[in-house]
Amino acid sequence: MILQVDNPVVEVHDLTVSYDRKPVLWGIDLTIPAGSLVGVIGPNGAGKSTLIKAMMDLLPTGSGYVRIFDKPINEVRKRISYVPQRESVDWDFPASVFDVVLMGRYGNLGLFSRPRKADKDAAMEALEKVGMQSYAQRQISQLSGGQQQRVFLARALAQNADLYFMDEPFAGVDIATETAIIELLRTMRDQGKTVIVVHHDLQSAADYFDWVVLLNMRLVGSGPTEKVLTQELLEQTYGGKLTVLSKVGDLLQKQEFPSREKQR
Amino acid sequence: MKEFFEFFSFADANVRFVTLGSVLLAGSSAVVGCFTLLRKRALVGDAVAHAVLPGVCLAFILSGTKNPLILLIGAFITGWLSLIIIDFITAKSRIKEDTAIGLVLSVFFGIGILLLTSIQHSGNAAQSGLDKFLFGNAASLVGEDLIIFSIVAVLLLTATVVFYKELKLLCFDEVYAKTIGFPVRGLELLLTTLTVLAVVVGIQAVGVVLMAAMLITPAAAARFWTDKLGVMLVLAAVIGAISGVSGAFVSYTAPAMPTGPWIVLIVSLIATFSFAFAPNKGWIARIVRQRLNKKRILEENLLKLLYQLSENKQDFHTPRPMHELLDKRSFPVKEAASGLAKLKSQGYLEKIKDGWVLTAEGITRGRRVVRLHRLWELYLTQYLHLASDHVHEDAETIEHIITPELEKRLLVELNFPILDPHSSKIP
Repeated sequence: MILQVDNPVVEVHDLTVSYDRKPVLWGIDLTIPAGSLVGVIGPNGAGKSTLIKAMMDLLPTGSGYVRIFDKPINEVRKRISYVPQRESVDWDFPASVFDVVLMGRYGNLGLFSRPRKADKDAAMEALEKVGMQSYAQRQISQLSGGQQQRVFLARALAQNADLYFMDEPFAGVDIATETAIIELLRTMRDQGKTVIVVHHDLQSAADYFDWVVLLNMRLVGSGPTEKVLTQELLEQTYGGKLTVLSKVGDLLQKQEFPSREKQR
Repeated sequence: MKEFFEFFSFADANVRFVTLGSVLLAGSSAVVGCFTLLRKRALVGDAVAHAVLPGVCLAFILSGTKNPLILLIGAFITGWLSLIIIDFITAKSRIKEDTAIGLVLSVFFGIGILLLTSIQHSGNAAQSGLDKFLFGNAASLVGEDLIIFSIVAVLLLTATVVFYKELKLLCFDEVYAKTIGFPVRGLELLLTTLTVLAVVVGIQAVGVVLMAAMLITPAAAARFWTDKLGVMLVLAAVIGAISGVSGAFVSYTAPAMPTGPWIVLIVSLIATFSFAFAPNKGWIARIVRQRLNKKRILEENLLKLLYQLSENKQDFHTPRPMHELLDKRSFPVKEAASGLAKLKSQGYLEKIKDGWVLTAEGITRGRRVVRLHRLWELYLTQYLHLASDHVHEDAETIEHIITPELEKRLLVELNFPILDPHSSKIP
């Protein structure tokens, strides 16, 4: 069940991504409808983070292309916002919560210019949305995991984007934070924004998302939640590895083969 | 002492120039060093520092002069080349970055020493003084050298101010910077260039061998005093400047002495002082904190004990002499006595004749500790399924650190319990 939509927000065509020559994603064809709350779901090592990173052109791709708002990504960066995994940065960096959220405004500011009053207002407003306004001057190393996640979310919100990519925003956060975040994401969806979330908990997926992408090194399913989260597709996604596929991947890596005859 | 006053009166124009130069050089390398440190590329500075030596020597061999601008360009080229090679090796081979840094550093420095030795034996009269690049000589910072190196230092400082926002984001979250469309490659290149330039101007004062300390140590010391990047940059600059001045002073009093080791010694002293005495993060502050914790635990245990003694009969007004307390629980006598005295001065206890009585506030605080202890025991038996005879030890510590918010959560999760696992009432 792979449903393609017209006028997608994100269009992925024949995307292959390799790490050190070993393909982790094989020939993905995917479209995401506007105004949806999307869950990217699959087992560990399925390439979920890799997929959203490749969509944002943060990784070199072996083949294929990605178009966002029907344009190459570099033309629409200002309309896109990213919430990385919170372990991806060193939280002992000398900065306050407010400093980090203000970074969400840097993209609009461009080079050289300093944050203006309006940018500070926007950052504060974003902090209020995630319920962290009283932590604005707190040093970031003092935050708990859930608070760190909220700060990253606030940074993305401050950007005022139309499309959000979030990498495991629910990983290692407390229940209160998880509920607050999902409420926020629903509000954003209702305002017509598109939110793509990497998620690993199947239980909550059915409840959280209205569009689900099932992934395990290749695209297994993509469509409305109730049509995709079926026994059959879940078994395909989680039921055992495709042994031959990963063996071929290992071979490509060991023998230093290109995954496509012509490299871009 | 005479030299000290002579130097710091700045009456001699030469002294003024040398001091100004040293401050600028050391200060600007310290500022750039902050970003290198935060980017976790501190070792790269060391590699660059060693790699500029062959550049200086080659520039001299090719031009035959010690024109500072030409030497600076030579240093810049090989310093830059070393970084490119490190990046190339890391990206294109299985060799990890630390190994690549080690390789490049030694190869470049080896070539540098080779060239330097051959220049020294060439009989070229102009070569004298080239070896000052090894360990630095601040006193030679005069005339044309001073002007050129100072201009570069000011450029460095200006660049960090202009690109403050961009460098900050690059160091904190490079991937995010990329997603919002920042030219990350370009910014990386900028920071690399700034690092090389900082090294190139710094070697005049410190020398190539010890230059890395000038980049890293002020930044590391400054980090101990503040959690704000802006303050950290200023502090690092000040620490760098202080060590720069002291280097210049040494150069003035003992012209034959290389300044690098002195500068590094001073800056290391400042760093050691910071590690020890900085508030919150310093070593002393941590010891003090631990001692305060220990005292608090003792005091809370005393209050708890007094509460427990009177709890059953609700006779909180009976004075308890100290030996009764010590019979019940073994406290170190001296600490117990001072703890009791302190609790009295804080208004939690009163002394009646030879005995101790809890005040109303003392009862409240003692009751809270008892409550937390029993709540935690209950939590452990219910949620972790521990046997009830295993939970006491644990609760002895946890009772002192549970915050009021956690206490509320505990109460809710345990559904406002009445009895603990040992069937004692939870007050």
